[in-house]
Amino acid sequence: MNKKHFKPGNEELIKLFRKYVTFDKAAKLLWKIVRAVLIAGISFIILYPLFVKISVSIMIENDLYDRTVNYIPRNFTLDHFRVAWEYMRYPTGFRNSFILSFATSIFQVISCTLVAYGLARFKFYGKTIVFGLVVFTLIVPPPVILLPLYMNFRYFDLFGIIGLISGGKGINLLGSFWPSILLSVTAMGLRNGLYIYMIRQFFRGMPHELEEAAYIDGAGLFSTFRRIMLPSAVPVMITAFLFSFVWQWTDTFYASVFFIQRIPLLSIRLRGVGSLAGTGNWLYASQLTNSGVVLLIVPIIALYIFSQRFFVESIERSGIVG
Amino acid sequence: MKFRNKQIKMSTKKLIAGYLFVSPFILGFLAFYLKPIYEAVELSFNSIQLMSDGYVLEFVGWENYRRALFVDERFIRHLVGSVRSTITNFPLILIFSFFIANMLNQKFRGRTIARAIFFLPVIMTSGVILSLEMGDTLVGMMQGAIKDDTGAFSTAQLGDMLEQTHIPAQITTYITGAVGMLYQVIIASGVQILIFLAGLQTIPPSLYEASSIEGATGWENFWKITFPMISPLILVNSVYTIINSFVGESNWVMRIIHETIFRNLRYGLGSAMAIFYFIVVAVILALVSLLISRKVFYHE
Repeated sequence: MNKKHFKPGNEELIKLFRKYVTFDKAAKLLWKIVRAVLIAGISFIILYPLFVKISVSIMIENDLYDRTVNYIPRNFTLDHFRVAWEYMRYPTGFRNSFILSFATSIFQVISCTLVAYGLARFKFYGKTIVFGLVVFTLIVPPPVILLPLYMNFRYFDLFGIIGLISGGKGINLLGSFWPSILLSVTAMGLRNGLYIYMIRQFFRGMPHELEEAAYIDGAGLFSTFRRIMLPSAVPVMITAFLFSFVWQWTDTFYASVFFIQRIPLLSIRLRGVGSLAGTGNWLYASQLTNSGVVLLIVPIIALYIFSQRFFVESIERSGIVG
Repeated sequence: MKFRNKQIKMSTKKLIAGYLFVSPFILGFLAFYLKPIYEAVELSFNSIQLMSDGYVLEFVGWENYRRALFVDERFIRHLVGSVRSTITNFPLILIFSFFIANMLNQKFRGRTIARAIFFLPVIMTSGVILSLEMGDTLVGMMQGAIKDDTGAFSTAQLGDMLEQTHIPAQITTYITGAVGMLYQVIIASGVQILIFLAGLQTIPPSLYEASSIEGATGWENFWKITFPMISPLILVNSVYTIINSFVGESNWVMRIIHETIFRNLRYGLGSAMAIFYFIVVAVILALVSLLISRKVFYHE
């Protein structure tokens, strides 16, 4: 090591300082440009399909045959949106979809967070097996359990208890929100294994000192969980909530098995929008479908932007905790 | 003596609390999952005759498995194909999503909008939207334009460029292939970006402040703080990426299984395929998570 390097003269120091600062500034500026270009470019790739959808939704059918019309409609119309809106029974469908998605997502996030915390922080016999089963539920292809699940809710009978009381074959829960709610409360909903895994990993990454300090101060296990661990888990929980909401909102797989067609949902109604155009008229059918897709997407984007507030708040909170 | 007593109490308390916390899952698994799984395994060893009033099972042993593996001409071919594409795509998706999440975590103007845009793939690849997309010829045609554009760049220009650098041919083809798949990688990374972003948000800023005061550079901060803190989520994302690539709706093997069960109504054969497929996926997952989990950092 050169001693001079550590003790430069005044002039040298200024030189060094200038050199360092300008280089740093240039590097930062360069990175800003690269970042802007990258984000803009990738954003374009992501947005392009959406642009196409919106573009075909707002032009009349004849514009599609016209070679001089590219993306920007010559004859602007909102008719496709109106037709899709009416077919999807938008106000009712929106209400039903929202209630179902919101309720199941809340339940799923709560149950998954509890399970994840249990897996991350406590030692008990069979923990590895439980975690193995969590991953197992993620890998099992959904079609495999479809038929048995259907039968389960057709004659719903929790461990034979209902049969014992009423003596019947169990209750028919199909056609209601109950199957979805029951699966959510027990962390068995769509891709719940992912949320458990994700939240568990997050908890495992938290330092133990926090809880130990709380225990020493006399806090109980549950109040420590609620007051110390939960606040810093908010971003992860919000993320799980968003996934859960989106996947429930656009789900038709479970909805069609559980016969929720009886209660109009946006996702289920959307599947039929194209059929309004009649057979053979696939261009018009596509226009209607795409209008419907746009109508389905808009509320989720709004929800996402709204949820960003919680991210910012939780950083402040975790700053205190960590 | 008193102290020891209290300690024992705490550990039993913790044991009970552990069971209580995971009880929703155990209950749900016993109530809704065990029977379907058992029935699927049972079906895979039987041939099913649908009657007007239910169905009749006929035990056939390993016949369904034999049929799936040696008779069905599509199953194994697509299985090998999807294993190969998963193994090549998963590092790309992981690196890409980690990079993007770090970028979106920085402060810049329009960040909220950028994040909303990067959230779109999660929506576009979900449920009814994806299945409508796959059947939509008009939008498929129009979107074909952009896929061709990005693809054309990869094979032609980039390939030539890389050829002049004297990098081994395997690596260049991997890179050109990666750029060609840019669109798929971006679309497949939505969930992972969000998970990484959530992880980055939970790293306490005080850690960075402290290390910067100690004179650490941004590069050092990244490798000494960001990377270890996020490593538990790298494992999750690897597992999710692999699972999603295997059991997602666009996977060919899944389509074959779906078709066998619901269109051809061959529950036995379909179950046998699903179970064999499940075992293959589980083995690959176990290998990958074993490799990655050695590098994961926990506060333990």
